[in-house]
Amino acid sequence: MSDANVSYVTEEMHEAKGVWGPSHTSYPITATDIRRWAMATYYPEKPPRVYWDIEYAKSSKYGGIIAPPDFNPFAWSLERPATVARGLSGAKPDGKPLTGMNGGQTDTYGVPMRPGDVISARSRLVDWEEREGRLGHTMYVRTEIEWRNQRDELVKTRMSIAIRY
Amino acid sequence: MSVTFDEIEIGTKLPTWSRKTSFAEWNRYAAVNEEFVPFHMDDEAGRRAGNEQGAFGMGNLRYAYIVNALHDWIGDEGRVQEVGCQYRAINQKDDVLTVVGEVTEKNTIDGKNVVRLDVNVVNSNGEPTCPGHAVIEL
Repeated sequence: MSDANVSYVTEEMHEAKGVWGPSHTSYPITATDIRRWAMATYYPEKPPRVYWDIEYAKSSKYGGIIAPPDFNPFAWSLERPATVARGLSGAKPDGKPLTGMNGGQTDTYGVPMRPGDVISARSRLVDWEEREGRLGHTMYVRTEIEWRNQRDELVKTRMSIAIRY
Repeated sequence: MSVTFDEIEIGTKLPTWSRKTSFAEWNRYAAVNEEFVPFHMDDEAGRRAGNEQGAFGMGNLRYAYIVNALHDWIGDEGRVQEVGCQYRAINQKDDVLTVVGEVTEKNTIDGKNVVRLDVNVVNSNGEPTCPGHAVIEL
């Protein structure tokens, strides 16, 4: 049973619902960014050659180096795009801090990212739900994130769930 | 050799893919993802966040392990189309994390060979930490 007297939903969330936020653009992706990412996520094994070997990658169906699908071109930006919905409060109505957790995500991939690509990201709050959970009154907020490259090709769509309790 | 569409059946298991994870892996991931969160770097901060054993691993790195396990299975000719998971449990220092998966659907849609799997990352105790799904194209 949800306590009808408690809500973590803010006016700003109602205003932001369904509205795309501002677009953020990455620095150009480099082959070194990609190689380091692949080395880190495959460590201590050597990553697949398509992520770092130019000659091999040329002979692959991609015709050149590509980034792993989960590569983040926004790391080490001076301004990072929002990854959770706008309008979420950091505090409960009584002023106590809200604890945040990453509830999970589903990423759907379009064209691969490559060296030289510049990625633009935008996000919007999709919807939310509040219910009584193991951790007390809990709010689940769904955010959609869209990434496109410099040719306006879809690179990735992410549907993520932020948990606040 | 990468797997082919013809070799796959409903119930086919993803070859297990494991990594022992500790600061060596977390620090590398923190560096490339610019993910410097105290409870992933410092045991005291991990305890303050409610984990008695100290610092704990990143959900994003477990996600990367799922993606990598799929890539290693299907090779460069295949394509990872979609991956989703829920972070239900944290992973501890020195955990051996193993990506597991099982094929639930296999279809040819508009000439494309598409396979859907249930996936998870299991810790050293055999406990699942992030149930999810994946869609690949072969």
